[in-house]
Amino acid sequence: MKITVRVWRQDGPEAEGRMVPYEVDDVSEHMSFLEMLDVLNERLTMRGEEPITFDHDCREGICGSCDLVIDGIPHGPQQTTTCQLHMRSFSDGDTIDVEPFRAGPFPVIKDLMVDRSALDRIIQAGGFISAPTGTAPDAHATPVPKNDADHAFDAATCIGCGACVAVCPNGSSMLFTSAKVTHLGLLPQGQPERRSRVVNMLNQQDAEGFGGCTNIGDCTAVCPKGIPFETISRLNRDLLGSLARGRD
Amino acid sequence: MAVSGIVLIGYLLAHMYGNLKVFAGQAAFDEYAHHLRTIGEPVLPHTGLLWVIRVVLLVAVVAHAYAAFKLWKRNHHGRGGAKRYHAPRAARGVQRSYSSFTLRWGGIIIALFVVFHLLNFTWQVITPGGASASPYERVVNGFSVWWLVVAYTIAMLAVGFHLRHGTWSALTTLGANTSTVARHRLNLIAYVVAGVVTVGFLLPPFSILFGLVR
Repeated sequence: MKITVRVWRQDGPEAEGRMVPYEVDDVSEHMSFLEMLDVLNERLTMRGEEPITFDHDCREGICGSCDLVIDGIPHGPQQTTTCQLHMRSFSDGDTIDVEPFRAGPFPVIKDLMVDRSALDRIIQAGGFISAPTGTAPDAHATPVPKNDADHAFDAATCIGCGACVAVCPNGSSMLFTSAKVTHLGLLPQGQPERRSRVVNMLNQQDAEGFGGCTNIGDCTAVCPKGIPFETISRLNRDLLGSLARGRD
Repeated sequence: MAVSGIVLIGYLLAHMYGNLKVFAGQAAFDEYAHHLRTIGEPVLPHTGLLWVIRVVLLVAVVAHAYAAFKLWKRNHHGRGGAKRYHAPRAARGVQRSYSSFTLRWGGIIIALFVVFHLLNFTWQVITPGGASASPYERVVNGFSVWWLVVAYTIAMLAVGFHLRHGTWSALTTLGANTSTVARHRLNLIAYVVAGVVTVGFLLPPFSILFGLVR
């Protein structure tokens, strides 16, 4: 198939960017979206042009590195990571807009690559436990109710790609933050810091310049890991608990 | 945002109940309006409870508006400015509801409407159809004018959309949405609140316009 991609090109953080159209011939429907960009980049390099910069790493949908807004939706038309999106989701002759994940706290580094370390700093503010865990304990040493384990695991699957932020009309990282608060807050190991965690992580989220949540729900609709929207309400519950009883 | 919103929803339901008294006739309606001023006497002074409600409402409205503008500003920075994506699909969102899309400008329409509504029925500065000392006659005179009914209909639809997303969002913010079942329940509550308030407020104007109440 033959497609046209309109790609955001920006030379550096301070440079002006623009959408540049490229025609790509001989695209196989079995190619992943990133492989299609690899082919395009090879051809650009052969022609002596600057290849397109984009983030990618594992290419198996688990690392959260790839971050493209495809036709206006983070990770494109399928609810998966960009690397797991295949060209069979598009048709011959399509024009596809490819843009970086945009948010105030995600400055563009170059072309399609943005700096998402603001998310790391939110994790550093409270997304951890301080209990010395030692070697892996026996599975039944600390019983966890099945329901709690399931919800905690659902939340723990967050790969921190930032699609929730990129789609949110407010540029809010609430789904990301709530996933970690829920994951640790439901498990016994996460209890010692439970009340300080939610306040510290939210303070960091505000300090980074992320927006506030207005419960629109687009975040959960594009999340490649399907983090449920309910995690946000779980964070709000923890927050109300912290406000009522103090942080410690 | 959530708490002040819930206070305002509570007031709307009470206000709607009062409006529906119009179907009980002039005596009942005017008696109800008068009773609002004498309620709680002699423990409370004349119009005492009314002033308590007015102060609570004013605090809620100011808090709601302040939070809204602060959130608006923060979210504008959060998304990285007004122009975000070139792809036109991005503006529609993925599963964004129309009611969430109209929340901000709908809120401004409602705020302007409330000012007009006070000028119209409370202070009687703008009185299409004629002013009167009787609240019942005020309402009947006003809603005999077709364009006033149209204006109120637009405002009530804006309120309906605002409550659809607002009720759901407030309950979610307060931590009530913790399972799929809870989510369905909250959405149902939001639709019921929005529907009851919109229909409840629109029944009297249309009944008057079509001569069912005179």
